[in-house]
Amino acid sequence: MFARPTLSDPALAEVHTRHSNGLEQFFSYIKGETGLSILDLAGANQANVSFITSLGHRLYSEDFLRNLEQFYREESLDEPLAPAHADAFLRHNLSYPARQFDGVLVWDVLEYLEPAMLTATVERLHRVTKPASYLLTIFHSQERLEAAPRYAFRIQDAKTLILLRRSAERPRQLFNNRSLERLFQGFESVKFFLTRDNLREVIVKR
Amino acid sequence: MSTTPTRSADAERGSASIGKSVTIKGQIFSREDLIVDGEIEGSIELQEHRLTIGPNGKVSAGVKAREIVVLGSILGDVDAGDRIDIRKDARLVGNIKTSRIIIEDGAYFKGSIDIVKQDAPKVVPAPRPQTATANAGVTQPASVPGSPLR
Repeated sequence: MFARPTLSDPALAEVHTRHSNGLEQFFSYIKGETGLSILDLAGANQANVSFITSLGHRLYSEDFLRNLEQFYREESLDEPLAPAHADAFLRHNLSYPARQFDGVLVWDVLEYLEPAMLTATVERLHRVTKPASYLLTIFHSQERLEAAPRYAFRIQDAKTLILLRRSAERPRQLFNNRSLERLFQGFESVKFFLTRDNLREVIVKR
Repeated sequence: MSTTPTRSADAERGSASIGKSVTIKGQIFSREDLIVDGEIEGSIELQEHRLTIGPNGKVSAGVKAREIVVLGSILGDVDAGDRIDIRKDARLVGNIKTSRIIIEDGAYFKGSIDIVKQDAPKVVPAPRPQTATANAGVTQPASVPGSPLR
């Protein structure tokens, strides 16, 4: 069932394949277990679906940013988003029973959220994850960015990621270690891995 | 409402077909492959056949088939015994239960994916060939499954 991702979407261009400490940590915590509920917030793709289901887990998938873009369009909203709008969006997205998930692949989603949406989303992630479960999140590590490559992340194996370039885009917010610790202050711990491609992989323990 | 899909002359592989100007509210059962390019509100069940939701197809229903190919949209839970193939511009919101999934980049999916292992085909033991024995004329007791060994 392991399949390299197909590049059927011309908007995606393979950038590189590299070792991922964050991914390795994430899967080491659930190693040997089966039947877990794993949520992928960056939408479904063949590589991630094949890998996670081949481990015997149930995969939940939603394309959070795509849904958010659609929400903006449908509601004709301007930025910044009000907290009430964030609540309205989260009524139909990331809407699961409390403590449902054993792990969440958040990828770079949080970096592209405005403050009101970011706060509400992190609170929601806390609610839908089980105690002692883990999130894998990714942020750019440079503190000044006009535009940065936005990636699609594909799992090749438990410790290797394929990064596909989607576009160049300015993240809504930039984070350093301290601001990330503040962001996840309701969680038990935060662990950082700096990568050579100017990303910060962050493992968050609920 | 019970509906018998019509046969389309140009439908591939002799499948039944529901055209893009057709809307059906109710349950659909089919004993042959089915192509849906219209709108269905209800449920679709093709136990041992292939269901194709065409690019114009919109299904708000639970769907069950041996093999499902989605080019249009499905809002509902999906049970594809053998495999489901979600193409580039397809949209599927619901929970999937299948043995094998293929999803193209660009497809929209929201829900859960449960991979179920297919039951191994039952192996029917081949009849044991009668072997000629050197001591011809001596009758050997046949071994019958379930009977005590002598």
